[in-house]
Amino acid sequence: MDSDSLRYSLDLVSGCGLTLSCEQRAALQTSLLILKRNYKFSRVLFWGKILGLRSDYFIAHGITEDEMRNRKTLYSFNCVDWHLLPPVTEAQLAEVSLLKEHFKGDPSYEYEHTETRGLDEGDEAVVEEITVSVKMTEETRLAATVFNIDREVSVVPRGAFIKTPSGRVQVNRCFEGLSESEARKLSSYLHFSEPQHLKKKTILETADLNPSIDFLDNLSEDTPKGSWSLQFERGSISVLRSLLWLGLTFFHVPMTPQHGYIYMGDGMKNHYLPFML
Amino acid sequence: MDPQVQELQEEARGAGEVTMELAAKSFKAFMLKRSSKSNLNLYDHLARLLTKVMDERPRDAVDIFEDMSQEVKRAELQDTQSTVRDATPISTAAALAEQQRALFSQRVGEDPAQEEDLVETPLPNVPELTFYLEQAGVGLGKEEMHRIFLALKQLVDTQPLQRCRFWGKILGTESNYFVAEGEFREGEDEEDEAAEEEERKAEHDMDAANRLHKLADKSLPVVPKEDKGTGANKCSYFVCREPGMPWVRLPSVTPAQIIAARQICKFFTGRLDAPIASSPPFPGNEANYLRAQIARISASTQVSPLGFYQFAEEEGEEDEEAARGTLEENPDFEGIPVSEMAESLSTWVHHVPHILEQGRCIWVNLAEKPEEDLEDEEEGEEEKEKEEEPDEPEPEVGPPLLTPVSEDAEINKTPPWTSKMSSTLVSQFAIAVLRSNLWPGAYSFAFKKKFENIYVGWGLKFTGEGYNPPAPPPTQQAYPSGPEITEDLEVGLKEKQGVKSTLEEQREEEESEEAEGEEEEEKEEEGEEEEEEGAGEAEEEEREENEEDED
Repeated sequence: MDSDSLRYSLDLVSGCGLTLSCEQRAALQTSLLILKRNYKFSRVLFWGKILGLRSDYFIAHGITEDEMRNRKTLYSFNCVDWHLLPPVTEAQLAEVSLLKEHFKGDPSYEYEHTETRGLDEGDEAVVEEITVSVKMTEETRLAATVFNIDREVSVVPRGAFIKTPSGRVQVNRCFEGLSESEARKLSSYLHFSEPQHLKKKTILETADLNPSIDFLDNLSEDTPKGSWSLQFERGSISVLRSLLWLGLTFFHVPMTPQHGYIYMGDGMKNHYLPFML
Repeated sequence: MDPQVQELQEEARGAGEVTMELAAKSFKAFMLKRSSKSNLNLYDHLARLLTKVMDERPRDAVDIFEDMSQEVKRAELQDTQSTVRDATPISTAAALAEQQRALFSQRVGEDPAQEEDLVETPLPNVPELTFYLEQAGVGLGKEEMHRIFLALKQLVDTQPLQRCRFWGKILGTESNYFVAEGEFREGEDEEDEAAEEEERKAEHDMDAANRLHKLADKSLPVVPKEDKGTGANKCSYFVCREPGMPWVRLPSVTPAQIIAARQICKFFTGRLDAPIASSPPFPGNEANYLRAQIARISASTQVSPLGFYQFAEEEGEEDEEAARGTLEENPDFEGIPVSEMAESLSTWVHHVPHILEQGRCIWVNLAEKPEEDLEDEEEGEEEKEKEEEPDEPEPEVGPPLLTPVSEDAEINKTPPWTSKMSSTLVSQFAIAVLRSNLWPGAYSFAFKKKFENIYVGWGLKFTGEGYNPPAPPPTQQAYPSGPEITEDLEVGLKEKQGVKSTLEEQREEEESEEAEGEEEEEKEEEGEEEEEEGAGEAEEEEREENEEDED
């Protein structure tokens, strides 16, 4: 969520139980401004908190010209000193899902994980064992986890961002918020990441879509069905919680342009979702 | 066509030479043409749009010009659309506000001065709790916590509670549960006796329904439920969906429910009567599941600073277990320095009894179960079988009360607790915070003589390496296989003939030995049989005739 609106929007997502202490809020207000100036960001988003055993990581996103691409991710322990996270490769993104332990709270900690998997080959039941070994530092794991969460569950209300003819994604200044009936539908919320399903759609399905607004994937097409919990908290604030990444909370106040999401959790994907619904 | 437009056009045609002025006029005429669809014209629209831009002066107006244009058109339509008003839908926000209004109204006949006279009120100091929790980075927002505070007041006013506490919040997929923990004053829990009875009946019905399942598992006798006020049922729990909505009391938990809850991993929906579709099957609905999870969470995450509680010293120590099971506040407790509490886990102790494998806090020997408890014959049989077994089952022993949390077991190389200080900058006034890693969402804080536990989360345990649903039980046997229902070998033709010939031989021998008179008797008997058959036929004919008459 936007660092400028953090002080009042944080209360709206605190239904999941985690907030920031006064000290942290005050520190963020100071340090994110300095961060914005030093890195020449156009906007700074406070992304959330990943709980570590020894200490917690606070994550912020810096946005340059394009709202969606070329984001910089930074982390901090004390909400004051920020460090840039390294870029991640696709291989690392796949590897990180094998790590199923808590974050330690030490960026230089080296994970070593070996997994042996049996592979059934047809009727012959030849069990071939594949050993997958993962070796990465916690800093890389953190970067990959943040990227994965953003790719899979970052949410914006439909119409909050537009794609200009030149391909840039920017804030829609004329967005006035979803109406209350729209806010009750999961299809009014979009994934704020490169679309995966949109290109596979038929012309018939895309006929009603507005290319400047509907350039993102829809939440209602997520699998498995029911991986989101949409509620109206305090009667009027629409709150979305991801069940795939427990800890991701999105809020939108209908009829106002206020929206944002925050992640506060242990940084582990809920792989057992199909059992739990 | 507008007369204005006509005039302009005529003027333009009339003048033979085309001047700049005329061109402008003709273009204006073109812009003034009304659209046949919307009955708008471009000239007026542009004028309105530019007026809007002049009035509002937005930044980088050219970027959002299209949107503004659309907005102007929409505004135009809305004004002229219809005089019929939409029916205002009853918004959920308004409905909730109406319910929550009761929280803020002072009760009639309630004097604030009188309230002070009541020295001991079980109402917890929630604003203080909010303050400390916020320092720990936990909380539901100040306004929400205050609403919870008022809702707890409502609960305390309506129920005869001796002790009351805000236990936490459990998130569900459709709505959430706010949970309050309470202990009834002794002997005042009567109004629920009737409910208890009903519950028991329902359970009995359920038992009958589950009997089929139990048949497969004869080795598992039913572990008796712990009584109200002891073990896992020491406290009663009340839940509500939103502060201000009615509090609902949860049923007591049974050991079977705790055992089943350990094996499944399910989200809550937010509806207490929702069925739990899981494997292995859970005995009960979501209210029971919620209660079982609350019992498990309480047992493993309710901690207090070392020395806050001490074992109650009872005069006659006749029952050792009972003496060990009761705690009282230590009046001499002075508080442990925060830095020490944040550093060492051994300064935190459990003050809620551990739940054993059996699903109870206090172990019960099933083999020595008194006979009055046996209601069913089946169970009696089980008991007999048990008794025949020579070795007595080993009693399960959990860690005793007030065990330091540093002795808790690790799961998947994860230490079960993380402790820290709320602030590193000003450590003099910081509080000690303890976070459970096994039950994500469980927090405790301690500061001087104060401590509190809270749980806000999904009600699920950290699964570690992975959650594997247990394998389905082996297929049930329809009947016990034994000699009386086993199919015999088929008798062959030769054997049949052999038997027949021997029988005939025997008969011939008999016939030759026996007297002739007996043979005659046999003949008479045959004759009687024939007569009987004849009589039967006659009866049948009569019946048919009667039926025809009736028709």
